[in-house]
Amino acid sequence: MTSPVSHLPTRLSTAHVGLGERIADIWRSRELLVAFTRTELKVKYKNSVLGFMWSMLNPALYLIVFYIVFQLILGSGIPNFPIFLLSGLLVWNLFAAGLGGATKSVVGNAGLVRKVSFSREILPLASVGGALVHFFLQGIVLVGALAIFRYDVAFSYLPLLPVALVALLMFTAAVGVLAAAMNVRMRDVEHFVELALLAWFWLTPIVYPFMLVAGQFSTVGRILYQLNPVTWIVLTFQRTLYAQVEATDTAGNVTRILPPDADQWWYLWHLGVVIAASAVLFLVALAFFGRVEGDFAEEL
Amino acid sequence: MGAAISVQGVSKRFALAHERYPSLKERLIHFGRAPSEEFWALRDIDLEVPTGETVGLLGHNGSGKSTLLKCIAGILRPTTGTISTSGRVAALLELGAGFQAELTGRENVFLNGAILGMSKRELARRFDEIVAFSELDQFIDTQVRFYSSGMYVRLGFAIAVNVDPDILLVDEVLAVGDEAFQRKCLDRVEQFQQEGRTIVVVTHAPDLVRRICQSAAVLDHGNLVASGDPKEAVQVFREHLRLTPPRPRPGEPPAVDDRVRVAAVHLRHPGLPEREYLEPGEPLTVQVQFDVDAPVDDPVFTLMIYDAEGRMLHGSSTASEDLETGHFEDSGSVEFAFDEIPLLDGEYAITVCITSSDSAYIYDWQEQRYHFEVRDPGRSFGSVEFPVQVTIDRSASADGSAPR
Repeated sequence: MTSPVSHLPTRLSTAHVGLGERIADIWRSRELLVAFTRTELKVKYKNSVLGFMWSMLNPALYLIVFYIVFQLILGSGIPNFPIFLLSGLLVWNLFAAGLGGATKSVVGNAGLVRKVSFSREILPLASVGGALVHFFLQGIVLVGALAIFRYDVAFSYLPLLPVALVALLMFTAAVGVLAAAMNVRMRDVEHFVELALLAWFWLTPIVYPFMLVAGQFSTVGRILYQLNPVTWIVLTFQRTLYAQVEATDTAGNVTRILPPDADQWWYLWHLGVVIAASAVLFLVALAFFGRVEGDFAEEL
Repeated sequence: MGAAISVQGVSKRFALAHERYPSLKERLIHFGRAPSEEFWALRDIDLEVPTGETVGLLGHNGSGKSTLLKCIAGILRPTTGTISTSGRVAALLELGAGFQAELTGRENVFLNGAILGMSKRELARRFDEIVAFSELDQFIDTQVRFYSSGMYVRLGFAIAVNVDPDILLVDEVLAVGDEAFQRKCLDRVEQFQQEGRTIVVVTHAPDLVRRICQSAAVLDHGNLVASGDPKEAVQVFREHLRLTPPRPRPGEPPAVDDRVRVAAVHLRHPGLPEREYLEPGEPLTVQVQFDVDAPVDDPVFTLMIYDAEGRMLHGSSTASEDLETGHFEDSGSVEFAFDEIPLLDGEYAITVCITSSDSAYIYDWQEQRYHFEVRDPGRSFGSVEFPVQVTIDRSASADGSAPR
């Protein structure tokens, strides 16, 4: 070998690595992110006959159960309830699966983390990646439902969906990276996340309309309720795909479902706030992850 | 050539596992108190590994050698100090780490390769080579959960060596697999050496260090106690081992036990005193005299003979001969009598050590302190004397007519 050493990439390992370097590392590992995401999906459905069909059956079953409970038993008064529910459920499933998977990702890959050097942030991110693939599969169910019912979506809001998806991915990744790192030291975190997701689901307007809550609480309560970033993403999906702001039944009673007088810009503004907040949270999560990552190999 | 690996002032601190509060409840209960006891696995290590050199990291369990290797590999980050490495680093800490049992061998090659930093294109190019090296072509599309542990390791090694590393870090993984595969691994390591790649081997097998390393470093309780020539390092390692028997857990001071010490070693052979050397096939007696400070039961006496390259030629002990040595209070001696030494020309070294019967304590260890020389009056070559008769039968020549 005659090549001088200076031509080889030099890696420095010190106690602290700058945030910029960490992000650059993640970017360099994007092929690994794809490989991990693919593995997660492959492993999940290996040796199962229905395979990816299970991803689609999950929302289908939810749909049936919630339809029976809310539409038939409780009588929510929301027309086309399946479409309404699926629009929000799609968003929620990505968030819940992504965050749940990410939380356990580092601990679950202990064998790898202990013995191999790579950007560990990839592990929670791959869980979010896996959830994204399921999101698209479940999206097929929704698109199928829209086609069958010949449902009119709000095409003028359609460009908002990619923005909402980006916001959702960023927020899920931020919380996921944070939870994954915390879970290494305190295994309580994964149990906590499981419970928190249960509560969070009902604090998000998925099975009931946003407007039902909007008029219920005091100003403080309303502000707290609206601090939930997932709400804004769910609302965007509902506005675009469900597209009914209010419904009038045969007796002339009006059920308010989505915020009235809210145009595309209103939604874009809220999504922008979610994206900005998620970006900050993501940087905080990366910084925290980076602080504790150096000891993962010993703590697992 | 510069340094491939440069370790500067590296320390690594851990919180002792038993002092950690892994659950929130315990953390709340212990809130406000010091959450953990500190333990320094490495203290202020400075080490330079020149490009193309093979270095052995020696140390007993808990010495910090594996921690240092993990820091160099980037698996752990040092608490203080800097490690710089130039070139691609591949660490063989555990072969097949990160294999997904549910995936096939083929899928795992691509996954593991990606984890080790190879691009998809690179992997596709080397795939056939990897499969050939692992000798698993038949099973490459079988899920690895059906693999035997040997197959697992073979595939893991095949991927790791095909990562094309500039720096290869090895942690005693070479000690797995059947002999043929071990041979293959060592061949590959030799090939890497010839190609001028840098190798760091972590081991507690001094023989391996003497055989394949150009230099060695010895770690003890997280301190670097020696680095440089492998022979000297091995000597330091052995001597340190005597002072620091295996500890019950890291962090506790070592229990020094030298209640039995070698007082003198006498070599006797028929040439003495007129000639200092043996002739091939002559007998040799090694007498080990020892002093006992505190009563001891069944100490084990071991004797090992090495050649000039540091290869062990022979080892025997009171345990290997199924001898119970009994109770000693004062002093005594043990004799190793060899009817003949079937060695040819060369300088040979003798290591003498005394250990407890359960190997938990090393009472004394004298690494290659004693020497003897063999001079062959005959003209055969090599190092071992095999009794041989060479005869020629002319009538059996091929055409029956020997030329005159």
